[in-house]
Amino acid sequence: MTLIYPRESLSAYPKYLTPDYKSTAKRSPTKPLILMPHTLTELTGPVYGHDAIQENDNDLTKQGKGEPLGERIIVHGYVLDEDKRPVADSLVEIWQANACGRYVHLVDQHPAPLDPNFTGAGRTVTDKSGYYKFITVKPGAYPWGNHYNAWRPNHIHFSVFGPSFLSRLVTQMYFPGDYLFPFDPIFNSVTDERDRARMISTFDLENTIPDWALCFRFDIVVRGRDKTPEDMD
Amino acid sequence: MSELTPSQTVGPFYAYGLTPKGRAKWDPDGTYSWKETVGDNLVTPDVVGDRIRIEGTIYDGDGKPIPDAMLEIWQADGQGRYSNDPGSRKLSNAAFKGHGRSACDRDGVFSFDTVKPGAVVGPDGSKQAPHVLFCIFGRGMLRQVYTRMYFDGDAANATDPILKLVPADRRGTLMAKADGNTWRFDIHMQGDKETVFFEV
Repeated sequence: MTLIYPRESLSAYPKYLTPDYKSTAKRSPTKPLILMPHTLTELTGPVYGHDAIQENDNDLTKQGKGEPLGERIIVHGYVLDEDKRPVADSLVEIWQANACGRYVHLVDQHPAPLDPNFTGAGRTVTDKSGYYKFITVKPGAYPWGNHYNAWRPNHIHFSVFGPSFLSRLVTQMYFPGDYLFPFDPIFNSVTDERDRARMISTFDLENTIPDWALCFRFDIVVRGRDKTPEDMD
Repeated sequence: MSELTPSQTVGPFYAYGLTPKGRAKWDPDGTYSWKETVGDNLVTPDVVGDRIRIEGTIYDGDGKPIPDAMLEIWQADGQGRYSNDPGSRKLSNAAFKGHGRSACDRDGVFSFDTVKPGAVVGPDGSKQAPHVLFCIFGRGMLRQVYTRMYFDGDAANATDPILKLVPADRRGTLMAKADGNTWRFDIHMQGDKETVFFEV
């Protein structure tokens, strides 16, 4: 099977220059990108196996001396290619704010408390069916300096590897029904509502664990699909 | 209709998750307790190739260094072999991962310790000059940009099939310059010296 990486699929991605998100103004290319064929360099990519992770790397509630404060949640799903085939052995890394909306990052200035039992970093590797799972706490909303009274919707950052270096994806997972969606230029940098919907996790009652934790499902689709006969022309 | 999960910015706060030790070489206090999975040293004990260091600074449209960019590279070993074949999860070259990730310091400086890649097969049986693929993330970047680093002075550059696609007056932005075993490769997101980025 030979995977191809159609550029048309990238229509779901934001534009580099998205004026409402002010930092894009000085950090987006201004000259035309050079169209190039995909060579062996682009069609290969790193593979990280299960030796890349350690026990509890995917359980963010077990990395401190005690349990972090906040609403305990399960976040799980599948990493898939564009044909919805599983991507096995995909390194999935996450980072997030704590329940109060504060990151442990050294330059985060938001005057909300840090939680000594929560760093907000996790990683795992998908199994043969592309499945991953994290246990964490629901991140809080937090303010940022983009415009007056700007607040980010609750989100978890995801970094994912796929079948090649072209499949590399960094994205953010949002929570259903967030009232901050209409006001967030990063979320709305994806201009089609149907595309935005794929960044929003769904509440998963079936996998919610009674008396313990709510569950959210987030499937991630990365670049790469099977070559079909019409692609051979 | 695309089925892809859209890209979003890596934001300003990725370091404790993605590059927890990434600033250690510049600031011993600037590290996090979390273990590192993907680092900026690609050198493995049995890798084939000459040791080199890649070092550069990334600049924004005002010519100011970008302190919170994250750069990843992907490359072949000294014999032009990648760690695996396209689409394969089996490592045909287990001696060299070929993937690295660097944070930036306060002055927008990134670096990788690696080996000089060999020539790699190109489209239609052509040969590509030695190169390193860069994938760049950052606050203010809603999706990654891709560029390539070539080695200035390499005779194979003259016939490289990808360089040929780049207007001659912009090819210089893709050329790293040697200083001993260190290859300097600065990246300009915008301006007169704007680096060539590729649509892939």
